[in-house]
Amino acid sequence: MSELSVNHLLGIKYLTKQDIDLIFETADQFKEVINRPIKKVPSLRDITIANLFFENSTRTKLSFELAEKRLSADVINFSASQSSVKKGETLIDTVNNILSMKVDMVVMRHPNPGAGVFLSKHVNASIINAGDGAHEHPTQALLDSYSIREKLGSVKGKNVVIVGDILHSRVALSNIYALQLQGAHVMVCGPKTLLPKYIKDLGVKVETNLKKALEWCDVANMLRVQNERMDISYFPSTREYTQQFGVNKELLDSLNKEIVIMHPGPINRGVEITSDVADSKQAIILNQVENGVAVRMAVIYLLASKIKQ
Amino acid sequence: MSHKVLLNSKEVNITLHRLACQLIENHDDFSETVLIGIQPRGKFLANRLAQVLTEDYKIKNIQLGHLDITFFRDDFRRGDKPLEANTTKIDFIVEDKNVVFIDDVLYTGRSIRSALTAIQSFGRPKDIELLTLIDRRFSRHLPIQPNYRGRQVDAIDNQKVIVKWVENEEEDAVYLVDK
Repeated sequence: MSELSVNHLLGIKYLTKQDIDLIFETADQFKEVINRPIKKVPSLRDITIANLFFENSTRTKLSFELAEKRLSADVINFSASQSSVKKGETLIDTVNNILSMKVDMVVMRHPNPGAGVFLSKHVNASIINAGDGAHEHPTQALLDSYSIREKLGSVKGKNVVIVGDILHSRVALSNIYALQLQGAHVMVCGPKTLLPKYIKDLGVKVETNLKKALEWCDVANMLRVQNERMDISYFPSTREYTQQFGVNKELLDSLNKEIVIMHPGPINRGVEITSDVADSKQAIILNQVENGVAVRMAVIYLLASKIKQ
Repeated sequence: MSHKVLLNSKEVNITLHRLACQLIENHDDFSETVLIGIQPRGKFLANRLAQVLTEDYKIKNIQLGHLDITFFRDDFRRGDKPLEANTTKIDFIVEDKNVVFIDDVLYTGRSIRSALTAIQSFGRPKDIELLTLIDRRFSRHLPIQPNYRGRQVDAIDNQKVIVKWVENEEEDAVYLVDK
């Protein structure tokens, strides 16, 4: 019988290929569950999960909450803006206070890279990283790979380009790890200022010409420019960024094949991707959102099964 | 490890035909009936019964599905081994239908309890019956009994009933083995 090799989901870096396969096989079953007339199963009736969001989120938070509720877990939500963190409480104190209310699992988003790893060493609960600064966002990478697998049959051997603000993106790093683990070829494309200096060391191709990148790839994952993480100016203007790194219908039609367009959201329409592309049948953006719930259900279910009674 | 044959290939075949005839007695042309094989092992019995009904008794349009009960089980996090999910395939409506659950061995009744909960996600059946190839007597944890049974056996807790199907285990047979 298979089970995950880890007790926490802190990053794709800590997973094996077998873990990803198990998560996807379990997610297949949950995808069927969430398309039933009654979309709920009772597995996690005796599990309580705290969603701790120290940074804003819409999609991820809703998706996790829905996944937890569809598994019948009890859910408590916490967002830093309305909490005692403002009064100077430390992360460990905050979490330990929550855990003393008998919480079994913590889903955490935090602006500091490594916050999940730190927490996993100091508290007694299963931790799921829902994004730690510009480090990792493992469930997003899992749902991206799951969506590619669903659309193209498999991830192995596919050419995937990640376009945009690689420097500030946790989605990019997690995706690179996840895609490589499954045998895909990965390229990053963006303005030089937004590509990390040593990104090649991860074994990815680097391209600064979007057209060439799109001609090479089977799948393009378009990332948002993360203005909120930028303290200096990385490119002259948004208009210039769009001209060089935005995907539009004309550009897609000029390719001699049909590629799959992905976006982790939130989309800045007209910046990294135009509306006609985002709403076209080549885009699987909304499938990604649906798959997000199934994949998160699988992750939570598999981690919960390792929590001893 | 001792092996005792409960049913050989010929007996399995006779039993399948008897169970099929008993189903026909109660369900006529099956227009209001759906057959649900309980995953993982009930699926094989359900497929075979549907095959017998279609080929030997010329019943048309049998509605056959498979129900996975993993997420509805009551022993999640209680055993040593993790529970592994299987596929559910029910591509018809069970609302107001006569549902027949099909499983190979009825033992504690807990799987059927889970299946009774799980099927509710697909609607409210008119009624639910249970068909099982082997009914292990005196071993129930719950008040659940089959409507159709192939063979009733008395087995003690450290014995196991193994049902084999020619599709993947090279023979149709039922054994009683010591664990």
